[in-house]
Amino acid sequence: MFAYGFMRNAFLASTFIAITCGTVGVYVVARNFSFLAHTLSEIGFAGAAFAVWLGIGPLWGMLLFTLLGSISVGELSLHSEQKESSISAISALFTGLGVLFLAISGANSNYATNILFGSIIGVDHQGVIQLIALSIIVLLMIFSIQRSLNFDSFDHIGALAHGVKTGAVSVIFLIALAMSVSIGAQIVGSLLVFILLTLPPATANYLGKTIPAMIGWSVFFALIGVWLGLYLGYITNLPVTFFIAVIEVAVYLVTYFTHIIKHSL
Amino acid sequence: MSDILEVNNLSMRFDKNNVFDNLTFRLKRGSLTALLGPNGTGKTTLINILMSMLTPSSGSFTFADGVRLGYVPQFRNIDAEYPLSIEAFVGLNAPIIKNGQTKEAIKKQLEETNLYQIKNTRMGEASGGQKQRAYLAQALLDNPNMIILDEATASLDPMAKDELMKLIRHLNEKHKITVLFVTHDISLAHKYMQNYLYLNHGQIEHGEMSQFKEAYE
Repeated sequence: MFAYGFMRNAFLASTFIAITCGTVGVYVVARNFSFLAHTLSEIGFAGAAFAVWLGIGPLWGMLLFTLLGSISVGELSLHSEQKESSISAISALFTGLGVLFLAISGANSNYATNILFGSIIGVDHQGVIQLIALSIIVLLMIFSIQRSLNFDSFDHIGALAHGVKTGAVSVIFLIALAMSVSIGAQIVGSLLVFILLTLPPATANYLGKTIPAMIGWSVFFALIGVWLGLYLGYITNLPVTFFIAVIEVAVYLVTYFTHIIKHSL
Repeated sequence: MSDILEVNNLSMRFDKNNVFDNLTFRLKRGSLTALLGPNGTGKTTLINILMSMLTPSSGSFTFADGVRLGYVPQFRNIDAEYPLSIEAFVGLNAPIIKNGQTKEAIKKQLEETNLYQIKNTRMGEASGGQKQRAYLAQALLDNPNMIILDEATASLDPMAKDELMKLIRHLNEKHKITVLFVTHDISLAHKYMQNYLYLNHGQIEHGEMSQFKEAYE
């Protein structure tokens, strides 16, 4: 399998993406941002379609839209009383825009499928380098604010009481989240990127009792998902995204039910 | 004993509503004071001003030089699924990569608050009293010499209340930590506190706890 350049590219890119999404995802779950991550992936779809219409790489359109989207949606969700309705409205608007951009750009339906459901096998060498560079930037951003981010994400009220600058932490995290959505969408597609950002960390919640342990478990399950998904996709010729989704859901359900059974004994 | 806190003519208004008006009082270094008053009289507002989380409409307050303030707020978002262990929760107030000194400081506070034996219990599965002691341990990690607790006993059963209050009294006696304890539980304050501040109808009274009954009940 590794004799093929495209498979080597796919494995390399998805390894970095899994590490990034697994790490960022722990904070997505701790901050109750799962719904926001889902909305951002729809905004990312519109951004990718916009880029196709402009004739530039979908990744850049996605980055642009998710960055603008995460700051505005993040602010809305922090301050608005109608949090879920306002996020739904934004999500509807952007999905509509995505459809519009695809239609007027005249791209064929294959392109839309790639954006929505991922196309890791199609990533070229330059694409891999871009994804790795962006992953490293995201991880450095998280690392540089880790102390405040940990406190704010896992004990917001305590962080406020200790004078942590929670507003600044929130903005930096939203930028990191937007970038994670954009790069994660390159393997699993914008429709399913929230899988990598929410399921491995949700599983890790049951297994880790410290933040490093949770990040470790989350990255581990994200890696298992993408590696096994790529392998199964390769040997069956079925979509990689399908396998990643099934693996992450299965791991989550097994962990969840084990947790329930343990606690009812 | 010298003053640790001096509050002068402090007033707070939200829109046109006066929360309180011209509060003036002093707290002595090493004192154990209950901030009493019915619900909704502005106790938490006063604390938020002292913690610089709110700006007063007028008036001023000064802490003595060298005061390191610890604060345990009233509410926390810890649900039953909350994943972190008690030790990890307390350690949120420290860098994630902990050197020996930090680890030792966390251990010391866990022992002080009687949580060391159960440090690996998840916060989500800890009892109300254990959670309150963990909040306190987290605040103690800053090595404060004055600590403000907001309604720390409000949701606890009588045994957990006594345990927490004994711990607070111990911190005051052994480590000379000045305590300002916000509560509306007058009998608890009688049992454990030396002085009181009574906030009601926008005014404040200050005195010895033993004198409180005659004055207000």
